[in-house]
Parts: sequence; structure tokens; C-alpha cells
Amino acid sequence: MNKPIRRLSFVVALLFCTLLISTTWIQFVTAKSLDARPGNRRTLLDSYSRERGAILVDGTPIAKSVPTKDELKWVRTYPQAKLYSQVTGYYSFTYGAGFGLEGTEDALLSGQSDKLFYRRVLDMLTGKPPSGASLELTINPKAQAAADQALGNQRGAVVALDPKTGAILAMVSHPQYDPSTLSSHDLSSVAAAWKSLNADPLHPADNRAIAGDLYPPGSTFKLITAAAALSSGKFTEQSLIPGPATLALPQSTVNLPTDDRLPCGPGNKTTLTHALEISCNTSFGWLGLTLGGDALRAQAGKFGFGDSIAVPMRVTPSVVPPLNAPQSAQAAIGQYDVRVTPMQMAMVSAGIANKGTVMKPYLVKDTRSSSLDLIDQTQPEQLSQAVSPAVAAALTRMMVTVVQSGTGTPAQIPGMQVAGKTGTAQHVKGGNPHAWFTAFAPASDPQVAVAVVVEDGGNAGSEAYGGAVAGPIARAVMEAVLKP
Amino acid sequence: MSTVTSFRPRTRRNVELVLLLAAIAIVLVAYLDVGLAMNGAFPPDLLTYGLGLLVLSLGFHLVLRWRAAYADPLMLPIATLLNGLGLVMIHRLDLAKSPKSQMLEPKQMMWSTLAVVLAAIVIIVLRDHRQLRRFTFTAMALALVMILLPLVPGIGRNINGSKIWIGIGPMSFQPGEVAKILLVIFFAGYLVQTRDALSLIGRRFMGIGLPRAKDLGPILIAWLASLGVMVFESDLGSSLLFFGIFVAMIYIATERRSWIAIGMILFCAGSYFAYLVIGHVHARVVLWLHPFSAAALAISDQLVKGLMGMAQGGLLGSGLGRGHPEFTYFAESDFIIPSFGEELGLFGLFALLLLYVLLVERGMRTALGVRDGFGKLLAAGLAFSFALQCFVVVGGVTRVIPLTGMTMPFLSYGGSSLLANWTLIAILLRISDQARRPLPNAAELATASSAHTQVVRLE
Repeated sequence: MNKPIRRLSFVVALLFCTLLISTTWIQFVTAKSLDARPGNRRTLLDSYSRERGAILVDGTPIAKSVPTKDELKWVRTYPQAKLYSQVTGYYSFTYGAGFGLEGTEDALLSGQSDKLFYRRVLDMLTGKPPSGASLELTINPKAQAAADQALGNQRGAVVALDPKTGAILAMVSHPQYDPSTLSSHDLSSVAAAWKSLNADPLHPADNRAIAGDLYPPGSTFKLITAAAALSSGKFTEQSLIPGPATLALPQSTVNLPTDDRLPCGPGNKTTLTHALEISCNTSFGWLGLTLGGDALRAQAGKFGFGDSIAVPMRVTPSVVPPLNAPQSAQAAIGQYDVRVTPMQMAMVSAGIANKGTVMKPYLVKDTRSSSLDLIDQTQPEQLSQAVSPAVAAALTRMMVTVVQSGTGTPAQIPGMQVAGKTGTAQHVKGGNPHAWFTAFAPASDPQVAVAVVVEDGGNAGSEAYGGAVAGPIARAVMEAVLKP
Repeated sequence: MSTVTSFRPRTRRNVELVLLLAAIAIVLVAYLDVGLAMNGAFPPDLLTYGLGLLVLSLGFHLVLRWRAAYADPLMLPIATLLNGLGLVMIHRLDLAKSPKSQMLEPKQMMWSTLAVVLAAIVIIVLRDHRQLRRFTFTAMALALVMILLPLVPGIGRNINGSKIWIGIGPMSFQPGEVAKILLVIFFAGYLVQTRDALSLIGRRFMGIGLPRAKDLGPILIAWLASLGVMVFESDLGSSLLFFGIFVAMIYIATERRSWIAIGMILFCAGSYFAYLVIGHVHARVVLWLHPFSAAALAISDQLVKGLMGMAQGGLLGSGLGRGHPEFTYFAESDFIIPSFGEELGLFGLFALLLLYVLLVERGMRTALGVRDGFGKLLAAGLAFSFALQCFVVVGGVTRVIPLTGMTMPFLSYGGSSLLANWTLIAILLRISDQARRPLPNAAELATASSAHTQVVRLE
């Protein structure tokens, strides 16, 4: 009877092998997806049982975990809740981590990221309580506060970049919300706050700077048209181009008028520089027709349109749709279906400021462990070469005249050359236009590039012009960065 | 020609002693770990706890030295370690409860003591495992009574949809655990008698020898009985266990693979029938295949919670006392394996499973070594029943098979389970003593047979 006993032992071995495989499958192969299942109380308690990493701006926490006495051992607090609401996002027991860095960097903040693996092992060996990594941001607190204050009670967004690195110096979106109402441990008040946040018709949870509804860029798009014109080699900043009071569009009954229904220069002609200075619609419409839709699209693409960028929050890609001839004239002045984020327009200015090189925008300067050891440091990364250094220099000179003597005078900073471009974007028939301004300074050695959008003209309403409404906001932010 | 190698047989009792001390040391470290993790303090009863374990297992060890000197040296340390770790986990789950609820660890402690004492008594009373053969049909009758008891109105109890419990006053008992051992004894006694008829007669069909129709009787009865357990007691696990033991043992007895084929076909047909007809079984299958579906979660989220616990444990586990196994219902009985998976991690769970493998392997080795057919069948049957039970339990909580209400031998909370499994180990130890005991050497035998008078020893 020994032979069948040996065979039966083999069957037993198979049975146990099945168990080794099934346990491995659960505890190793699919463990992460099981942990991530909604309603997994262990994962939630686990993430609350350790200190979540802080989010810091210039060394001061804008999100930090504070010990409490209740079952969830740590409560998340946001010392400057509203000012940084779009940056931090929220961390809630009921609704998880979402919107801002809390959502995208959850693995690092909670300490679960694979980047922290060796540190976790080390902590385990030394018996240190595990904790998440903290993030130090690139935000300049003065610029952030200045942007917030200048935007005031108007809806809109401000983005400021360091053109040389892509570091985000300010990111403000109005209206704001208070993430600490979602991180409270009073779960019924959290549910009420969540409900009212989602019911708000103004969508305060949207980060308009990178991911709200996209905006029509208005005349700020003329920078891209000008860049395409100069890059084509057929035009210089002093080229004389047509600038009539109205431009007849081919294959269309619609005409394109200038804002004041007057020609942009003597003899219906003007230089490219002057056309940008006074934001002449007909000249740029003519450029759009001459260059063609594809050239505009290509130039926009070089500035980052259509790219999916994560800062680490995802930036909605800006779009220039395929264009026929009349559409390319309209797109050249930022109308038709061209749609952008304020971040994209800041990248256009920053690219011109940085000798034509667009840097990839980023928000996290470095990641540190709880004992402040450096885990990860963001290295500036080139996104694209949008224009040649010569074209960038020409565009800079043209943008300087805009602020010196054109539509952008409200953005002047005494004792400094500012380069900028205004925009006034009609978006609904009969509605007030969005006011735009994008700029960088100082023109000779750019330290900061900004883009500002004020929805529906802000407090100026139907009288809004980009320069008058958005210009002072841009100036305030640039001054905050440049003035010691 | 075979080469005869002679070696000096060793009792290996000292090996057992060392392993036993190591097992107790591991249990005490685990106990200390739980105390430090959950109360932040050295458990004050560590010393008495350790002494208790030591006295109990050393007592059993001495009984073995006295009455079964050649018994397998690994079985006792492994059983002690598993029983001890189970106690630690039950203690740890007690600590996580609210102070008012019932503490299970003292009860489990009492049952462990009783079970070890019972096992020692078995070793002392049962001088030779062949004595059990006398009780072949008594065992069968008792097994049937045990299986049917939960159906008797008044003492049968329906706990969680399965009617496998009996209760007398405050005591509840799972007779199926005892029935398991009785059935193995019956099968071994019955098959050793009938194996010739079952294995030699019949005809061949498609390369496999088929038994005569009239020899199919016993397997059909076993099948109907196990089906009955499934239908009337809604107990999938016991049904699979009983029938699996029977098929395995009939295969060992007859060396005919056709029995396995017939058995598998019958079992699959029976299970499918049960799935179609019995709501309870149907629900278990839904829970097994789609545990995360809304339909399954409406029935129970126990399996899901166990899975999440194991996943949380990952490779290394949270450490004893540092996880949340108490989130899962029955974390101390049916779901004690996920509890260990969560706190000891995959590596810890592997170690536990390998302990079971080792125990089963020692049982199989005993079956190979013992010289009589009854002993072989008994040892192999007991070892296989143990292995199959582990598979049904761990396979149930890890979604290899549908979940059934069964206890993990030695680890799980439950008096009947402890009594049955310690008795099982005692019988295996007794058989292994026979298997490893040296034969009287040839010279002695020769002088004995050529002596003028043969000595007849009367017992």
C-alpha cells in the first residue's frame, strides 16, 4: 500500500502549493488593489494612524497633521486654508484625498509611495513610528498673497512662473473654499460642507488656473501669431502689414473689424510692433490668413498647447482646433474655438522671457522625509523650444512697447521694463468679456512671468479691458516677486 | 538483491525535548509581543503562562518517553507551537474587545489543557493501535450518531446557517470533528477487510479497472451520507472532508485509480446539485466567485474583510497586536488564518502552512513505515484528513473554494476541535511508535524459533 500513500502525499503537496499560491496572490500580487478598495477601513485607519507629511511654502506649513485624542489619531489642518485651497486640495476621512496635492501626492504624503520603501524598512528597523514625506513647494508666499489680494472678490485665476526654471511662484483661483471643513473629524459637518461645495454654482473647488473650464485667450493669443510670423522668416518686427478698419474674410460673409473701427495706421498699414502695441485685430487677422491655420497650430503646439502636463496636478491641455481660412483669421486674434488655461498663457510669456525655451512648470521643489532628509528634488526640465532666441528677443521688444505705450500701461512698474500683452475675450454674446493679461519682468533679465484672467471683466463689467482690469493684478504679483 | 543496511534505531526523544522548548519559547515571544504592542507593557502573567505551557507539554513528553519511546519526535512540538500561537492570537483578539464582552482565551486555555490530558490518556490506554480495529463498526455507529446529532431537535443548533453544532445548556460542541476520527477508524477497519474484493475483481474499461457494481455499494453509501450532510446540515466543508477521506482511503486500500475518478465525478455531481437546490450553498458560491459584488456584500462582507486584512498585512505583516484582525467576524475561529496573515504577513503565514505540511508529512511517513495494513490506512487517513481540513479552511478564506464553516486545526478557537485534533495526534504518535520501533533482530528470532519450547505470552 506504500505506492498509493506516496501518491497521496503528492496530492497533499499539491493542495498546500495551491494555498501558498492563493495566499501570495492575496497578500502580494493583488494586495495594493485590495488596499485601495473603497470602504477598506484598515487602509483609512492605517493612513490616519501615522503622521501625514506636511505641505510647506517657504518652510511654513500650509497643510499639516496635528495629533488629536479621538480614534483617528491625526487631524489635517490648513493654516491658510482659503489662500492655498487650490494648491493643497483636501484630505477627508469620508471623501479621501482629492483635488490638489493631497490627491496627486497622496502616496508620498501618506508614506505609502515606493519611493519611500527603503526609508520605511529603515524606520522599521530603528523602531521609529512611520510617517509620510513632506513637500516643499516652489510658491513664493508674497506673490501668492499679492495675487490673492489683487484679484479680490473677482472670479478668475493668476499663475506666476519662474521663466528660467518653470517653478510655479503663485497659483490662485477665485472663488476659493476652505479645505479644513472637509478634513474635520466631525463627520456630519464634513458631509454638509461637501454637499454645499458641490452644489455651489461657481465651482469653488475648480482650480481655474490649470483645470477649470478653459477660457478663450482673446488678444493674448496674438503673441503666438506674432511668434509664428517672426519664425516664418517672412516678417520682422518692423515689417509693414495691412491694418484696415475692417478685414474681409474669404469664404465668409463676416468681416473682422478693429476694436475702434478705425484703421491701425496711416494708409491702412502698420508695423508688426505697432500692431501688437495697440492689439490691432485686422493686422493679426491678415497674418492668420497669410500664415495659415496649420502654422498657428504648430506654433501653439511648440508653446505647449495640446501637451498633457502634470505639475503634479494635471493641467488641462489648451487647444487650437483645425482651422480653415476665415477661422485662422479669427484664431489669430484668439477667437473662434481657441481655448486655454491661464497656466498655458503664463508658459507662453515664460517661454518668450526664457529666450524661446519653455520650461516644464512644477509646483513641488523637493520632497523630504519626516527627519528632513532629502528624498527627491525636482530638476528643472525643458519642455520645448518654442521660438529661436532672436525671435524671442524681438517679441520681448514688442511686448515692452505694449506696456510702455500700448494697451498694457496699467502694468508698468517704475524703474523697470515690463513686457506684456493684454486680452479682452468675448465669450458669450451680450455677456461681459474676460479680461486677460500676461507679462514678464524685468524685460532684460526676466525673473517672473504671469498670466491673469478675470472672468466676465470682474468689477469693471462691460467696461472691462484686459489692460485696465488684469494689468494691475499682474503688476502686483510681479512686484511682490521682484521687490525685496 | 537488496542491500541490508543496519542502523541503530534511536528514540529521538531528546530532539523532541529541544524542539518543544523552542516551540514554547516562540509562543512566549509572541505573547510578549502582543502585550507590548497592545498594552505597552510587559504582560504580567507571562511567567505563569509560560510555566503552564511548559508543565503541560513536558508532561506529555514524559508520557511519550514512558509509553511510546519511539514515537515521532516532530509531531508534539509542532502541535504545541500551533496550539500556543492560536492561544496568543485569541488572547490578542480578546484584548481588542470591549471589556464587557466574553474573553475566549481562558476557555481555549482550559480546552487545550483538557485536550492534552486526553491525548496523554490515549497514549497510555491505547497500547497498540491495532486495538482500534476491534471497534470498526462501533466507530461507524458512533460516527453516524455524531453526524446526525445536530439534526436532533432540542440539542441541534443552527449557527450561521450551518447545522453542525449541538448544545447542551451553555456548552456547544461540533460533533463533526470527532466524527472525522471515528470515520477514519471505521474506513481503515472496513477497507483492510474488503480491499481484496474491491481491488481485484472487476473489469477494465478504457484502460482503468472498474469495480463490480455490487462493490460500488460502500462508495455510494459514503456519497449519499456526505450529500446528506450537505443537504440537511448545510455544511459544505464537512461533506467535502468526509467524502475526500473516504475516497483517499479506498484508493490507498485498493491502489485503483478508478475509485478516485468515480469519487470525483460523484462529488462534483453532488455539489452541483446542492448549488442548484440549496439556497445556503448557492449563496456561498456567489460569495466565493464575486465577493465584491453588491449581491455578495448584501449577504456578507466577512470574506471581503478577511481578504482586506490579509492584503493590509502584505509580505511582512503589521506585527502581532498592531493590525486590525478584529474587524473580521470570527477572526478567532474560521478566520484565524486571515488574522495571522494580517499580523504576521505572507512570510508568517507560509511558516504556519509549512508547519502543517510538516505535520502531515510526518503522518504520511508513519503510514509508510508501519507494517500492518490497518495501521497504514489509519495513519494515512488521519494525516490526509488533517491536510484536507487545512485545505478546506485556508482555501475557503483565500477564495480557492467556497467558504465553509470549519476550524483550523489547533489554531482556531473551539473545544471540540482541540479535543479531536489532539486525539488525532495521539493516535498518530502511537502508530509512529510502532513504525519506528526496531524489530527484534534476526538472531533473537532464530533462537526463538529453534528453541525446544516456544514461549507464548498471554496478555
